[in-house]
Amino acid sequence: MIKRTFRALVVALGLVTAAAGCTDPRNHVQAVYVLIDTSGTYAREAGKAQVIINYLLGTLQPGDSLAVARVQSRSFSEKDIIAKAMFDQRPTQANAQKRAFRAKTDAYLRTVQGSAYTDITGAMIQGAEFLNETGAGRKTILIFSDMQEELDKVTIRSFPISLKDIRVIAVNVTKLNTDNIDPRRYLGRLEAWQKRVERAGASEWKVINDLDRLDAIFTKS
Amino acid sequence: MTNLQDWMIWPGNTVLSVLILVLIAMIGLYAARVPMHGIIRAIGYALAGALRLASRWLFAAAVQMKERNKAVLLAQGRREVGQRIEREFERVGVLVTRDLQGYPVLQRKLREEITRIEEDYKKCGEVPPPPPDWVEAVAAVAQIRSGGGEVAQKILDEIRQSIERIHDKALGEYRRAYEERHDILEGILPFWRSIEKTLKRVDKKLGDLAENAATVDAQMKKYRQIAAKSDEAESILATSSFTQFNIAAIVLTIALGGAFINFKLIALPMSEMVGAGDYLTASLRTSEVAALVIILVEASMGLFLMEALRITHLFPRITNLNDRARRRMVWISLVLLVTLAVVEAALALMRDVLIADKQALLQSLAASAPAAPSDGWVGRIPMAGQMVLGFILPFALAFVAIPLESFIHSARNIGGSLLADLVRILGFALRVLGNLARHLSRLLLHFYDLLVVLPLMVEHLVRSLRGGPVVHPRSLDSTGELKP
Repeated sequence: MIKRTFRALVVALGLVTAAAGCTDPRNHVQAVYVLIDTSGTYAREAGKAQVIINYLLGTLQPGDSLAVARVQSRSFSEKDIIAKAMFDQRPTQANAQKRAFRAKTDAYLRTVQGSAYTDITGAMIQGAEFLNETGAGRKTILIFSDMQEELDKVTIRSFPISLKDIRVIAVNVTKLNTDNIDPRRYLGRLEAWQKRVERAGASEWKVINDLDRLDAIFTKS
Repeated sequence: MTNLQDWMIWPGNTVLSVLILVLIAMIGLYAARVPMHGIIRAIGYALAGALRLASRWLFAAAVQMKERNKAVLLAQGRREVGQRIEREFERVGVLVTRDLQGYPVLQRKLREEITRIEEDYKKCGEVPPPPPDWVEAVAAVAQIRSGGGEVAQKILDEIRQSIERIHDKALGEYRRAYEERHDILEGILPFWRSIEKTLKRVDKKLGDLAENAATVDAQMKKYRQIAAKSDEAESILATSSFTQFNIAAIVLTIALGGAFINFKLIALPMSEMVGAGDYLTASLRTSEVAALVIILVEASMGLFLMEALRITHLFPRITNLNDRARRRMVWISLVLLVTLAVVEAALALMRDVLIADKQALLQSLAASAPAAPSDGWVGRIPMAGQMVLGFILPFALAFVAIPLESFIHSARNIGGSLLADLVRILGFALRVLGNLARHLSRLLLHFYDLLVVLPLMVEHLVRSLRGGPVVHPRSLDSTGELKP
């Protein structure tokens, strides 16, 4: 009887170990990099970004990573990261970190100042670096912008970038005045970004304009 | 792929080509008839023989399994009934030691009380002293006629008065004597009651003893039946085993429900101890596994406790421990169980704290008004309930060992019985397949002869013209052999 029970236990343990060995625990960890466009007229939309950050803070689990960075004239810099955190494994500590994170981003968004140009590409490269360093299983860049990139003459961004295995989601892509005159400009802009992102190896491209549908951020299309 | 036209002997005439091909094939098949019959028969017999052999082996195995199952069932039954008889004897022993040990005292008390009653009774039996002898003299004086004069009258009056005085005195004494006797009889009454009570007690104890003896008799009868390996005993034990299996399965299902509730109580707070972001498998968090392990450890402690208390007998090593080691084991298991229960209660409290913290965070993120504070002690009822549940469930789980033992023992019998039935069904199926193979080979032989029916008819004709023995074209007997 004991021998049989022991054998069954060994088999069960073996199966669990095999199952554990077949999967990578890091696959469950998420990392999200939020880009907030602070250029020109879009800086007025910055207040809405807090809704997205709050949603993310409420949704992300202990062990996940979150960073919020601004997009301005040149954004390929760590200095543009407003707040970043890798949430503790313990839920109580993670909640405390989330409260601090919220306070930090809230303070920034109240005093946000508009920039002359919009370097979305540089911010995305910076974001990809951050996300790859986290080693998370699911990496997402959220771009809170009108997706209108404007660079000064010195800044160079016309080269292929790498966004391998990163999901890119554009949120609250507002229409410009020119878009209203000719909607093809808006659609063309989004299409161009989609092509560029997919060429860069991104695993997914998505546009979410309705802020009541933020749950679509983490659902696969 | 071969072109059909390649087979056309007469390219322009398909029918003729096919006819010629059929004729050639028929002649070829006729020529190969005898060896082909042999091959078909050999294959059929080989298949049928192998299947029949396998079927026989399975039937024999089923019989052996049934015998083995019966032996196991009877052994279990014998052990159980033996234990029950042992327990009944222990109970009778305790009864005899406890009640009949005081029997001499009881007997002495009864004897003393009876002696006293006898003495009192004797005292009651004493008659009052007889009237004095002068009664007769008084009777004689009473017969004297009263006309004797004044002196005589006076004497008689005095005598009367004197007699009346004496009579009153004697009557008073007589009444007093009777009062005393009544007092004595009244004094006997408690002794009678005491004797009655004592005898009733003795009667009850003897009744209990008789009842226990009847139970022992019944168990002994059952034991004898089992020892005799009777079919009746086997049938009773099998039914009992099936009932036990069902009851144990129901109780285990209920216990599983309890374990699930327990798991839900501690899975979330365990994430505070081992981390919430660690995964063992694709969907299994480390915290959930840790909670599961705690529950299993509790169940194991309960199992050891029940074993050490000799309530269950799953581990002979524990059952055979000496009393000192066993007591130690009881205490160790109990202490660990209590510790785990306290840990669970603390985790249940932690769960409440975590949920409240998460709720507060979500409310602050939603920037809505802060939640109204809970209504004092009413708001704490769920928390207290969780803590109590967290403390109680480990002890409740400890008792799972009892139905688990029944389940394991009865599952052996039920499983063995089902396996034996399965083997028998398999044996039957193989037997059917064997017969099918045999009949199929016969059918093939007939079919083969059907294909070469024309050459066979020619053969028959030629033989009959030559005057030789007539061989019927369908010359197969019932077993598929060619007739001589």
